[in-house]
Amino acid sequence: MNPITVYVPRDTAAVAVGADAVAQAIIAQAAARGSEIRLVRNGSRGLLWLEPLVEVASDSGRVAYGPVTVEDVPGLFESGFLQGGNHPLCHGLTEEIPYLKKQERLTFARVGLTDPLSLDDYSAHGGWNGLQRALAMTPEQIVGEVTQSGLRGRGGAAFPAGVKWRTVMQAAGERKYIVCNADEGDSGTFADRMLMEGDPYSLIEGMVIAGLAVGASHGYIYVRSEYPLAIATLEEAVERATAAGWLGTNIQGSGQSFTLEVRKGAGAYICGEETSLLESLEGKRGMVRAKPPLPAIAGLFGRPTVVNNVLTLATVPVILSRGADFYREFGMGRSLGTQPFQLAGNLKHGGLVEKAFGVTLRELLFDFGGGSASGWPLKAVQVGGPLGAWLPESQWDIPLDYESYAAASAMVGHGGVVAFDDTVNMLRMARYAMEFCAIESCGKCTPCRIGSTRGVETLDKLAAANDTQRPAHVELLQDLCDTMLGGSLCALGGMAPYPVLSALKHFPEDFGLAVTAAEPSA
Amino acid sequence: MPASALEIIKQHAGREGGLLPALHELQHTFGHIPTELVGPVAQAFNISRAEVHGVISFYPDFRTEPAGTHVLRICRAEACQSMGAEELAAHAMKILGCGFHSTTPDARFTLEPVYCLGLCAQSPAITLDDQPYARVTPQQLEALLGSAGLQPGGQVAKTEGQP
Repeated sequence: MNPITVYVPRDTAAVAVGADAVAQAIIAQAAARGSEIRLVRNGSRGLLWLEPLVEVASDSGRVAYGPVTVEDVPGLFESGFLQGGNHPLCHGLTEEIPYLKKQERLTFARVGLTDPLSLDDYSAHGGWNGLQRALAMTPEQIVGEVTQSGLRGRGGAAFPAGVKWRTVMQAAGERKYIVCNADEGDSGTFADRMLMEGDPYSLIEGMVIAGLAVGASHGYIYVRSEYPLAIATLEEAVERATAAGWLGTNIQGSGQSFTLEVRKGAGAYICGEETSLLESLEGKRGMVRAKPPLPAIAGLFGRPTVVNNVLTLATVPVILSRGADFYREFGMGRSLGTQPFQLAGNLKHGGLVEKAFGVTLRELLFDFGGGSASGWPLKAVQVGGPLGAWLPESQWDIPLDYESYAAASAMVGHGGVVAFDDTVNMLRMARYAMEFCAIESCGKCTPCRIGSTRGVETLDKLAAANDTQRPAHVELLQDLCDTMLGGSLCALGGMAPYPVLSALKHFPEDFGLAVTAAEPSA
Repeated sequence: MPASALEIIKQHAGREGGLLPALHELQHTFGHIPTELVGPVAQAFNISRAEVHGVISFYPDFRTEPAGTHVLRICRAEACQSMGAEELAAHAMKILGCGFHSTTPDARFTLEPVYCLGLCAQSPAITLDDQPYARVTPQQLEALLGSAGLQPGGQVAKTEGQP
């Protein structure tokens, strides 16, 4: 009899709730009962409220059980879970769970399905098809395909990837670089981490394709130090891909070369900003550079450099393998393709939801997220990380695409969605935004370095103010935000006002203001 | 200065942008970056001591003093706040008797804030000696610290109910 395949995720999200111990317990129980199993440590499916989500392979598909604790394991064996037996923790076929079934997974197509480090799994699930095709194309054709797909930078700035690549392709210089920005520091985001831990070869494949397109033969993945498992996974994947000839000096006998190194950050949020990241890679303080020159012209060590986010690069293989036209069928307007949204914070069903652009926040919060975890009504939702705006319920029906959000003074950013219930005080969250900016500012420009600290002080004064003092503090705060918005060198100081001003605008009662007074235009 | 330090420095000095990898490895080896290594690092990388100091002090990960035996990091970012991270941090400070960026007098625990561990759907999240834990309650935190040697009683105050 063939051994039965059992999947226990190795993703940090599963490990943090005991997956390693569950895996051990399953092995021990199987041995004690004489059941032959093959245990695979897969990536996470992204149904994070069910982690550790254990799956058992069956003829009709994989059957899901979760969240499984060590104490549940003997009971699962009693119920015959190796044969897909029923159990209170059973959710039926994984693929039929509505949360997963309703998604459109392109970037995350393999994540959770495969053993992340298995080259056989990767090939069996369509891996390397994009690179194989790219190897037969000219740089011009590759850049054309990426441009045609409409892919925009998934790190937050949403700059068209093809345009950036073309600039680097056309830049003169013998040495060029591909740099992957894996310094995913925004609260509420974990898609980069899940992808690096769950499907590292797709990122590697995307970077090799980028190298072929622009004429770069070396790349760096700069990963934040808070993601040790992602770093270890990537390092192992680079080693295996090199041994298998997918990286190195003669990729699959094509004569093309591309080498890759994983570098670890050191706890500075600002290094997610691309020029600060380049400084850090060069071994310096992560001080933001003035632009121009663009990194595409003078980037790492002054050379033409592509800096793209993890998701951007990991989406390139599917675009190359299935074609630009396939990819642009998803999405709306100028926001084409899919976005891996991350549902986080006070939600019953947090996790990863990859959907075409155009889904609404309300669908994400309720159809997927299941409403608040606490049972209290949801009050405010921050989209796009600590520099993203707070959205009140009146804005939850705006389609999530770059332009619609920008029109509402909000941003999709990296697709992080952090929900708060009605116990939250928004003045406190506004203060936190300024405090965070003060802690993480690189210090190069004054509006960010000084402005953030003055912002904390002003919000403290506002919190302690009486009715007559309040208007003056509000005016000062708005003025300060205006200076930061217009005068900061990068997005940290330039966008920290978004959460502050949106909190003030939409939740004036938390600032001790009359609702009508603060919303003259509403 | 230990001979291994010089070896580590030499090994990274020739690499493109080798300073951060060198500092990471020095800290990994010695638990912190001893001040007496600033000179040799500067010399090997052909930069000034001020520049080395500037890099060490810029990055929160690098420490110039040894940490406690165990390092507890509590996420302070928004997603964790939405699920009670502030209360969890306050509880940790109470039972450890020290604030963020500090070490207990017996040098057993260092408490650090961290801004996102990528566990935002399972908040609040912490790491204890780099092992991640999600959906952590104050009771679980106490149990974890207890198994790492935190003495019950003494500094340990009675648990108050959730507000």
